[in-house]
Amino acid sequence: MSVDLGMPQGHGLEGVPTADEPQTRKDFSSDQEVRWCPGCGDYAILAAVQGFMPELGLRRENIVFISGIGCAARFPYYLDTYGLHSIHGRAPAIATGIATTRADLSVWVVTGDGDALSIGGNHLIHALRRNVNMTILLFNNRIYGLTKGQYSPTSEPGKVTKSTPFGSIDAPLNPLSLALGAEATFVARTIDSDRKHLTTVLSAAARHRGTSLVEIYQNCPIFNDGAFDAIKDPETRDDAIIPLVHGEPIRFGVDGRLGVVRTPGGGVDVVEVDESNAADVLVHDARADDATTAFALSRITDGGAVRRAPIGIFRQVDRPTYDDLSREQAVLAGEAPSLQDLLDGPDAWTVA
Amino acid sequence: MTASKSTEELTRVVIRFAGDSGDGMQLTGDRFTQETADFGNDLSTLPNFPAEIRAPAGTLPGVSSFQIHFADYDILTPGDHPDVLIAMNPAALKANIGDLQAGGTAIVDAHEFTDRNLKRVGYESNPLEDGSLSDYQLHAIDLTGLTVGAVEEFGLSRKDASRAKNMFALGLVSWMFGRPIDGSVAFLGKKFAGSPAIRDANVAALRTGYNYGETTESFAVSYVVKPAVIPSGRYRNITGNTALSYGIVAAGQLSGLQVFLGAYPITPASDILHELSKHKAFGVTTFQAEDEIAGVGAALGASFAGSLGVTTTSGPGLALKGETIGLGVMLELPLVIIDVQRGGPSTGLPTKTEQSDLLQAMNGRNGEAPVPVVAAQSPADCFDAAIEAARIAVTYRTPVILLSDGYLANGSEPWSLPDVASLPRIEPDFATADPDAAFLPYARDPQTLARPWAPPGVAGLEHRIGGLEKADGTGDISYDPANHDHMVRLRQAKVDGIAATIPEIEVDDPDGHAKILVIGWGSTYGPIGAGCRRARVAGHRIAQAHLRHLNPFPANLGEVLAAYDRVIVPEMNLGQLRSLLRAKYLVDAEGYNAVRGMPFGAAELGKHFIELCIKEGE
Repeated sequence: MSVDLGMPQGHGLEGVPTADEPQTRKDFSSDQEVRWCPGCGDYAILAAVQGFMPELGLRRENIVFISGIGCAARFPYYLDTYGLHSIHGRAPAIATGIATTRADLSVWVVTGDGDALSIGGNHLIHALRRNVNMTILLFNNRIYGLTKGQYSPTSEPGKVTKSTPFGSIDAPLNPLSLALGAEATFVARTIDSDRKHLTTVLSAAARHRGTSLVEIYQNCPIFNDGAFDAIKDPETRDDAIIPLVHGEPIRFGVDGRLGVVRTPGGGVDVVEVDESNAADVLVHDARADDATTAFALSRITDGGAVRRAPIGIFRQVDRPTYDDLSREQAVLAGEAPSLQDLLDGPDAWTVA
Repeated sequence: MTASKSTEELTRVVIRFAGDSGDGMQLTGDRFTQETADFGNDLSTLPNFPAEIRAPAGTLPGVSSFQIHFADYDILTPGDHPDVLIAMNPAALKANIGDLQAGGTAIVDAHEFTDRNLKRVGYESNPLEDGSLSDYQLHAIDLTGLTVGAVEEFGLSRKDASRAKNMFALGLVSWMFGRPIDGSVAFLGKKFAGSPAIRDANVAALRTGYNYGETTESFAVSYVVKPAVIPSGRYRNITGNTALSYGIVAAGQLSGLQVFLGAYPITPASDILHELSKHKAFGVTTFQAEDEIAGVGAALGASFAGSLGVTTTSGPGLALKGETIGLGVMLELPLVIIDVQRGGPSTGLPTKTEQSDLLQAMNGRNGEAPVPVVAAQSPADCFDAAIEAARIAVTYRTPVILLSDGYLANGSEPWSLPDVASLPRIEPDFATADPDAAFLPYARDPQTLARPWAPPGVAGLEHRIGGLEKADGTGDISYDPANHDHMVRLRQAKVDGIAATIPEIEVDDPDGHAKILVIGWGSTYGPIGAGCRRARVAGHRIAQAHLRHLNPFPANLGEVLAAYDRVIVPEMNLGQLRSLLRAKYLVDAEGYNAVRGMPFGAAELGKHFIELCIKEGE
């Protein structure tokens, strides 16, 4: 037997009370001293989040940041909202309990590649397929930082680290391919060093109703410095970053000399674009029901050294969220009946 | 009843229905139980089923049984040895005949005793014919054939027709013990409302079985077990898992909190998830998580957000939840963890009972992580135990582990229904913002040492908490050695202080002069009580006490233990409570231990107690 569960509700922040007064970045800065290493990409992400929170215009007390363990997991301490620094990998599960019971909260999960993809992989995929209304910021530095430099599930094969002196023999995960495979409704990628892009993507992610997964390429200057140089170096980045804009042809490189086209095998490929093939360039459709093209785009980034990467929103589709449906079933159940009647049941008897 | 039949009066009877997993023995037992409750006997039940859903038909591992003990007085256990065994096939006979009381009645479906079925379970000759059952009153009846004949008019396939044989057996046993069957007829009408032919066939089989007993010559006697004299009031029959679920619903109503259950299916706890998922109208949200860890994680998140977070599991799941419970200890948030214990270690005996998770509940976390532990003592008591666990969790802002077990979960007994209006309120006492003072998330209530509970949504109470050690008061991260030592002691003192709000332990020592005290916890309450009763009936003095609270212990426990020459601790483990008592009170507590996956028998404990009393000259 199955039941028709109806259509999704509005945007991701619907139901969250808005602030009476305009807010500033300072309103979101807590009194705690920030303790990341000098040069850590996390600083830029924190500044961007503190900077764009006032744009959302939500009441601070209705915002909750939840994290697991790792360098990124310190994030909630630095924001003057409600926050919960939990245990390794479990933030999506904890956030599910919060989001399901409180429609009036804007729920954020801050996690890293080890936290989200290794110890917490199970919780991540299940949050995505349930589509619980929350925004997951996955800081991907492709290394374990807090435990001082072991390879992570996104490190390239052959990587020499403290735990892999002869080179890593682990095959890496592609976080966005994983998310798309887990039925995610909002999948995006951005870069710590591009404040404007970061802000745009996070803003869209917050407004999406459902689980939004945003992979943020984040440099660890201590244990994995330069992991994203190919897409950050002014010399190479134009040909390495592929901006995805919904409704636009996927062109990039100096003067748009490169573009993404479909391959006969069902995937996509990067080609040099000229008059002869300009019409073949794929027009990005983040709203497509079918996730196949989004998945193909996620495969442009090889699961090792990042040489080329699309950034932007890969996929953004509407699907009912777990928490909305859960609350809707509660509403449909109606007013609380008599507890006494429940306890008594239909077969009670009286002894005189 | 026809005049030609004689009746015999009994004070108590134990009946066991046994058959293949697919024979509907649990349903048959449930119906007989309800009939018995309607009749007014006191009763106690014990289902016993295999972990396999449908083991190969006709094999020993596939045997499922349901035992009921009923009497004209108050009883404490589901009974040791059945007086009547209903065996639907050779496997059920072979698996259960050893338990049947000498001279007891065995009713078997002769139809199933074919050469092939006998061989499958290792019978070399037919026990119905070879005289091996001569110690019993054997009724070998073609239950299948009689059932198929009785339901012929409804046009069912032979297979469907024969499936009603459990109702034929129910009818027959109902006649034997003068049980009314109207309730069962109504039940079948409802259960099979959608398939009239099956409904009518089951009702016909039930009535035919009843009439068969009345008319056939092979059943010369029927029995009367008069209604029990029980205190006046309203009663219903209830299993432990249902009572526990209702206790959680009630705790939500009594506290005004939404209830959030995060759970992963696990035997024998799943029925609590099933039951609670029906009660959304009472503000109960259930979340079937991806694993045990997510179940408790989501529950803790819900508690952070202002709900009563609850998670249900059994031993293996409790092991997985350990880290999150430790986080709950650090966050100091309400959380109720229900462990319906089963045989362990590892996967162990999923459908059998044991009480071997006590030390896991006490200590199964890293660091100094004290957690209050509460245990239920009977199926109906699960209701009160659940409310008590929630009270402690909410009042003291702490995870609480509630221990039930497989026997309590599936066993049933009459429940004296509480008056909802008289149940005690639970006060969440949420924090409120003070515009003149900074909010201190780890400030302490001087009485309870509880910290403020400040769910998101209140301006001025924004705060960040986590698993790292907290500075006293502010809750900021602190690595200060003196602060850590202080906080470890503070968390322990908070849990120890709960003893101030729990009742002192009461001792049942009829003349106040016993030298031997038997102390237990959890589901051994019934068997220990029945064992003590036997010792007293035999003229011995013995005292009994039972613990609801395992952490902290009641304030007077040390005094009580010191007052007796010998302290006996029967447990379905190798001595877990015993070691706690010895460590804390330096008392030379002695164990009586069995880990067979089955509750203690009253006779077994009675014999042990009597031997002890004789030795002590009591």
